[in-house]
Amino acid sequence: MSDPIKFHCKGVDVWYGDTHAIKDNDIDIHDNSVTAFIGPSGCGKSTFLRCLNRMNDTIDICRVTGTLLLDGDDIYSRDVDPVQLRARVGMVFQKPNPFPKSIYDNVAYGPRIHGLARNKADLDAIVEESLGAAGLWDEVKDRLAAPGTGLSGGQQQRLCIARAIATKPEVLLMDEPCSALDPIATETVEELISGLGKRYCVVIVTHSMQQANRISQRTAFFHLGNLVEYDTTDAIFSTPKDERTIGYVSGRFG
Amino acid sequence: MTDAASLSPSVHTTDEAAVRLKKRRSAETRLKAYGMIAIGLAALALVALLWNIVARTMNAATEHYIAIEAQIEEGEDDFLKVVKKSARAGFPYVSGRSGKRELYGLFSDGAADDMRRARDAGTLETGDAVPMRFLMSDTADLYMRGEFGSLENQESAGTLAIEEGGKAFTLRTDTGAFTDALGRAKAGLAVEADSLRRQAARQSAGITAQEARIDSVTGLEREDMLVQIEGFKAARDRLDGQASALDALVTGDGDTLLELSDRMASFFVEANGGILKLTEVSADIARAVPLVPMNDTDAAANGAWSLRILDRPEIGRPVKDRQVAILETLQRDGRIEEVANWKFFSLSDSTQPEIAGIKGALIGSMWTMLVTFCLAFPIGVMAAIYLEEFAPRNRFTDFIEVNINNLAAVPSIVFGLLGLAVFLNFFGTPRSSPLAGGLVLALMTLPTVIIAARAAIRAVPPSIRWAAMGIGASKTQTVFHHVLPLAMPGILTGTIIGMAQALGETAPLLMIGMVAFITAVPEGITDSATVLPVQVFNWANASERAFDMRTAAAIAVLLAFLVVMNAIAIILRKRFERRW
Repeated sequence: MSDPIKFHCKGVDVWYGDTHAIKDNDIDIHDNSVTAFIGPSGCGKSTFLRCLNRMNDTIDICRVTGTLLLDGDDIYSRDVDPVQLRARVGMVFQKPNPFPKSIYDNVAYGPRIHGLARNKADLDAIVEESLGAAGLWDEVKDRLAAPGTGLSGGQQQRLCIARAIATKPEVLLMDEPCSALDPIATETVEELISGLGKRYCVVIVTHSMQQANRISQRTAFFHLGNLVEYDTTDAIFSTPKDERTIGYVSGRFG
Repeated sequence: MTDAASLSPSVHTTDEAAVRLKKRRSAETRLKAYGMIAIGLAALALVALLWNIVARTMNAATEHYIAIEAQIEEGEDDFLKVVKKSARAGFPYVSGRSGKRELYGLFSDGAADDMRRARDAGTLETGDAVPMRFLMSDTADLYMRGEFGSLENQESAGTLAIEEGGKAFTLRTDTGAFTDALGRAKAGLAVEADSLRRQAARQSAGITAQEARIDSVTGLEREDMLVQIEGFKAARDRLDGQASALDALVTGDGDTLLELSDRMASFFVEANGGILKLTEVSADIARAVPLVPMNDTDAAANGAWSLRILDRPEIGRPVKDRQVAILETLQRDGRIEEVANWKFFSLSDSTQPEIAGIKGALIGSMWTMLVTFCLAFPIGVMAAIYLEEFAPRNRFTDFIEVNINNLAAVPSIVFGLLGLAVFLNFFGTPRSSPLAGGLVLALMTLPTVIIAARAAIRAVPPSIRWAAMGIGASKTQTVFHHVLPLAMPGILTGTIIGMAQALGETAPLLMIGMVAFITAVPEGITDSATVLPVQVFNWANASERAFDMRTAAAIAVLLAFLVVMNAIAIILRKRFERRW
């Protein structure tokens, strides 16, 4: 519990039109660790994740209230540019979604639009570093000009992670990153996420309790829009306190 | 599951099931057959259309020239006069005003234009006998293509004795060589007599109808009617009399000379290097006038002369007998040349079909399409991007959306009216200009482009947008870096459909004056111009028959233009698609 707090969220409510999707939740997310959001479908865990980089802004009927502080600054304040925020808080999606461009361009896109590279050599270095961090460099270094969509599912997801890392974010949000992958690809990506957790604040939404158990340091259990229980992963899985958590973790519902 | 036995045999193996299966299969076969019939019919229609156009276009692919010697003085400027002078010199035997008029009628004004162009280019020879090709007039050209029927050739039968008598000649044979000609002339008379009798019968019907009513009216009205009936009767009797007179001619024996008229087929005798036209004919004897003089009046032996017949009466064709004779002589002497009609592409519209070309309309279409594309494409794509990606969903944008969809279905002539009112009358855009036409067509094309572009943008998977936004791309960057390139093939397809529609559009352009007769090639978007479909429309309406084949050729050019435009679009689309 020694890691500094990255996100401080207090009294967060989210409405989709008249639907109250997230109900007055408080959570502190720590830096340099992996935090897992678990819970049954429709419990609001993905919605909450999307609040953290204001991706919900793209949905017209979505309304977010409450306090969400990133390093002490309100990310929903008027002064914050959501585009700038998303450069700090990167995101990886459920289905691998590489751009229909080359592997190189996929990774280089973020640094390019944010002006992170002064020249081609810089950019090459960022691409190599990011692909290396995503454990993909050795597999693709000879075909950087090949289309990113031509890779296998697991490779595509790692390419997406590399793409997210390339913009040098502080936080990585992952929305069920392994749900579209086979077990072997899942293992590779899980190892990658565990490694990333040492350097970034990683928040991952998952349906697999085993996955949460394997890779996360802290776990939050959501149910019907409420954050039911939030503790270290060990505590959630070995000594859950709430009845609902016990039920879900032991596989009685969900 | 208490009654398990009733489920065996399965409901899918009973006789009823077999009947259902058969029904379903025959329904599928029927559907397939309908599809094949529909495609077959469509293919047939397409082939028929293309065949028709190509066949008629082939006629416009060449033009005929008359090769005679020209008399051109140094510094000559009136080339129409040169043409006439050369014609007179080339055919000295043609005399009389009507004869000369018919002679000049063989030559096109284009012949003078050719000489003027040669003079301007410095390649015109001068002298008393410069060998030169003179462009043939449209009617003569049509005759050469057999549009007025072809000259039949009846080989001679027996010796032809020629006696000179004043202006005419008397031709004698003793083998009944003119029997067929006489028969045909009489057949023509019989047809005319029939037609007269039908007219007489109509008068009789009028009489019967009036007589049936006469008892029901009194006073002045009755007197009027009586006068009318008398008129009908007189007309009937006159027509009957004429028919009977013709009958008498038809039934006359073969030795009586029958006078030929321009309402009957034309008969020519070709002998001793000249051509004579028969004016009176019997089985053995005919009287004839020379159209092309003979070398001598010696008797022509069997095989040395021929009877030639043109079935269509002179009154029913623009090419007169004298012209036919001259053309046949020229043809015989090898002085008619048929060459490729490149002029069709290098000249603009004209009242004379033989020197009317497509260039003005082609360039006009290009300018107009350029204006249309430069307006409709960027505005349409930008509008689509705004509506799809940026606009809030509210009543106002819904209203705009509904209106865009409705605009796509507005009759194009309405856009023409709008263009007339707004661009021409309010903004003062030059009338008949590609600018005005392009503006109107751009308005017409915009809804198509917007709808297609919106559909294409909507079809881009949202995951691409999330991916871009997830790494901090702004909305604009997302759209222009990712969404638009992926949507481009679809946008281009929609745009090309809209442009193709605009290219073939006539109605709105009529409203803004692009239907005007314009002989100059437009040099910019503000010059007066016409476009291909309007040119087709104009030529199709023209009374000169020679415009027929040029209409077909213009349609072929329009189709070729369309094919080229589509090809460019397909190449562009493939370019974009190759970027995965």
